[in-house]
Amino acid sequence: MAAIDQSKIRNFCIIAHIDHGKSTLADRIIEKTGLLTSREMQSQVLDNMELERERGITIKAQTVRIIYQAKDGQEYIFNLIDTPGHVDFNYEVSRSLAACDGAVLVVDAAQGIEAQTLANVYLALDHDLDVFPVINKIDLPSADPDRVANEIEDVIGIEAHDAPRISAKTGQNVEEVLEAIVHRIPAPGGNPEAPLQALIFDSVYDSYKGVIVFCRIMEGTVKKGTLIRMMATGAEEEVVEVGYFGAGRFIPCESLSAGMVGYLTASIKNVKDTRVGDTITDVAHPCERPLPGYKKVTSMVYCGLYPADGARYNDLREALEKLQLNDASLFYEPETSVALGFGFRCGFLGLLHLEIIEERLEREYNLDLVTTAPSVVYRVYKKNGEVIELTNPTNLPDPTEIDYMEEPVVSAEIMVTTEFVGAIMTLCQERRGVYKGMEYMEETRALLKYDLPLNEIIYDFFDALKSRSRGYASFDYDLKGYERAELVKLDILVNREEVDALSFIVHAASAYERGRKMCEKLKGEIPRHLFEIPIQAAIGGKIIARETVKAVRKDVLAKCYGGDITRKKKLLEKQKEGKKRMRQIGNVEIPQKAFMSVLKLDDE
Amino acid sequence: MELYIHIPFCAHKCGYCDFLSFAAPERSYRGYVDKLIEEIYGQSKYFRGNHVTTVFVGGGTPSMLPSEMVEELFAVLYECFAIDFDAEITIEANPGTLTMDKLETYRQSGINRLSLGLQSTDDQELKTLGRIHTFEGFLKSYQRARQVGFANINVDLMSALPGQTVHSWKNTLRKVTMLKPEHISAYSLMIEEGTPFYERYGPANVRRYDRLWAKNKTEGGPQWAAWPPLPTEDEDREMYHLTKEFLAAQGYNRYEISNYAKAGSECLHNIGYWTGVDYLGLGLGASSYIDGCRYCNTPDLREYLSLDWKRPRAAVRNVQELTLEEKMEEFMFLGLRMARGVSGSEFLGRFGRNMWNIYEAPLKKLKAQGLIEVEAPWVRLSQLGIDVSNQVLSEFLLD
Repeated sequence: MAAIDQSKIRNFCIIAHIDHGKSTLADRIIEKTGLLTSREMQSQVLDNMELERERGITIKAQTVRIIYQAKDGQEYIFNLIDTPGHVDFNYEVSRSLAACDGAVLVVDAAQGIEAQTLANVYLALDHDLDVFPVINKIDLPSADPDRVANEIEDVIGIEAHDAPRISAKTGQNVEEVLEAIVHRIPAPGGNPEAPLQALIFDSVYDSYKGVIVFCRIMEGTVKKGTLIRMMATGAEEEVVEVGYFGAGRFIPCESLSAGMVGYLTASIKNVKDTRVGDTITDVAHPCERPLPGYKKVTSMVYCGLYPADGARYNDLREALEKLQLNDASLFYEPETSVALGFGFRCGFLGLLHLEIIEERLEREYNLDLVTTAPSVVYRVYKKNGEVIELTNPTNLPDPTEIDYMEEPVVSAEIMVTTEFVGAIMTLCQERRGVYKGMEYMEETRALLKYDLPLNEIIYDFFDALKSRSRGYASFDYDLKGYERAELVKLDILVNREEVDALSFIVHAASAYERGRKMCEKLKGEIPRHLFEIPIQAAIGGKIIARETVKAVRKDVLAKCYGGDITRKKKLLEKQKEGKKRMRQIGNVEIPQKAFMSVLKLDDE
Repeated sequence: MELYIHIPFCAHKCGYCDFLSFAAPERSYRGYVDKLIEEIYGQSKYFRGNHVTTVFVGGGTPSMLPSEMVEELFAVLYECFAIDFDAEITIEANPGTLTMDKLETYRQSGINRLSLGLQSTDDQELKTLGRIHTFEGFLKSYQRARQVGFANINVDLMSALPGQTVHSWKNTLRKVTMLKPEHISAYSLMIEEGTPFYERYGPANVRRYDRLWAKNKTEGGPQWAAWPPLPTEDEDREMYHLTKEFLAAQGYNRYEISNYAKAGSECLHNIGYWTGVDYLGLGLGASSYIDGCRYCNTPDLREYLSLDWKRPRAAVRNVQELTLEEKMEEFMFLGLRMARGVSGSEFLGRFGRNMWNIYEAPLKKLKAQGLIEVEAPWVRLSQLGIDVSNQVLSEFLLD
């Protein structure tokens, strides 16, 4: 494998709105290049994790190296870098894009451009990538490739009339895409003799090899034995192995040099040392400066995770440790709750990330979890000049000590067909959105721009958006910054005892409504006890809403017929089992799912 | 040892009933009784050494059987089992199906206790329940039973019935106690899944049908849409508490959650269930508890009729050998149904373990909640504990 000709390498990614067929096209490309036989193909080869396949989305960036025999008779090396497909993972997307030289933009021939399409294209253009469009799903009866081609030219301003029109599902015209990759995506540059400069775009943890770093070599060469340094974290290690990506396999090679995409291992034990976006250089011949664009990832959403069975606290800790090995963006620290006992305050990139981690903990580690309501990070400015980054509502200082508070705000772009503009604007206003403008993409579609407080969109905004637009609206957002807001802490009292795990921060204007709904919801969740249970919502000791769970009057199994004791015992066992899934707060047993009920206030 | 004999036939299935019972043509009775007799012959071989203290013929409606079949059945029972001369022998009967002829046969067969399923003295309430008799019909049966010499009669009653009021329930109690039966079972109606009552009163539909009923616009809906609403929970409890006071004043002592008797007329057969006495169940779906082992016969009639009782224990299902823990659990949750409660010294004698240690946590908790009363060596349910007995009894299941 001596001297690979840089001009025969193509580093690219596929970008698309969710469900426009990115993963299917990736599968098809891998299949057509002959690296895998059709029989070996699992559907959606790149989406490795079970969960990813089930949800049909890509969570971690995946990469594959394939060989393409082009029509010009030459053999080309394609490095296909698959990018995460959700707004929660925007930073990861941007680093994956930075590792590419071009991007294939997949647009659904029926649906046309969506909010994420635009967001991804702009991101790609920001990274100076050459973008060429592909119109997918032409096999659909509702496909209108001409209209979509016009739309791409009008809205994005890139040539689209000679864009390959394909069906990734049936494989129709996929060869055109492969040829277009050869001709329309530039070969990488960089000097193999220059000091090493490599971009980390992902990493995974392997129990034998330690951390496996995915990188794109921008300048220089790295091989086994090179002493490397991660420029942001300062970690230094000797390279143990370098290689490239077969489909689902790591294939070692001699060296990686400028323009190549591959992996390296260096007995790195901690994924935190290899942050996505960091630059790797050679300790002996360091480059002058790191690659631009590195950011330390910050958690946007926090929640408490508690084992349902307190005895499994250590299992939960171990599971989080293991998950973090693969996912540096997962943050956790121990915390205790009066109501829930010992657990962890965890930080996530967004609500989807939270749900994924929660599901993986429950599925892969067989843990039964109690999750508290997610919260964003508030800034609390105290009168004494101190500033607190508040991740857990329970830690809010006494109101008398607080000067003012700020909440995170995002700039959101919502693409919607014109008939639903009114409904979506109403929704945004309900969520305290500030109107920033509207652009018509074509006669029937508009792009709405709003600034929205993050805490208004983390729970159920996406669902509300879909239901109010009959599924047609799409949505993308970027963190804009912090803004001052009238925020209060809403406490929930069950049987006159404050339940810390149920407290949350809410805008003063909607506190009354939220408190009322919360009490109603809890009334439905808390089973009747032997005594009456008041459920109250309070702000700073002032009760603003109340519901009552009536006392049980009758719970008797009157008849026990013909000596059928077994059946009676089963009934009692069911009763006891039900109690086990409860949390004891004072005298009251609260079912675990009640702690998540705050999330579902707007279901009705 | 006790014997239970199951007769699954009824004139018709009532809307609240979830027992193993059904309407069947009269010609099918013969085949069932023949099979039952085969079972008695087959099973009794294993119980030669036991003497039988009580026999209970339940259902269903055993009084559906023609008298000659009952006669035949008892002839075989006496042939196969050593039944004590003073054994308590009960048959359940529906007031609508009792004739003088049947009653006389029962007496001749040695049956000395009659259990009459009256449920209510209000004919409208009886109609809603789906009962085939009226109060008038019951009175006739009751008088006939006294005439032929039944000196131990139980009357089954139910409170919390659709359309029932505290007033009408008090009337039922008054009318029945005037007849001075020796024993009264007073159950509070439970709405069981899988019954027509569950369709009407279960959580899914109850509000809708209550509204329909109130509007009296029930035409075209299912038949049960016409059934009136249940009493409220408060009324239900008022009825239950009234029962205890009213019956106590008439000389009936509550000896079990739902059973009341004049002194000395407590039902020995039922007490056996609560105190861990061995019993053998015969017939379709009948449960047995023998030598620390619970099992039951098949509940499938077709299968039951095809069984070969020459093979040992042909129809035995769900055999469950009780562990020491399970025996202790049962001792508690069954024994606590009795008004006298359970005794720590009996527990110690039976299991060689200390009840106060094993159940320290639940006993402490339940006592603090006022659900049990402790008067060493006895532990019993309080009035409040009886109302919510399922919650109390489930605490005695061990992990």
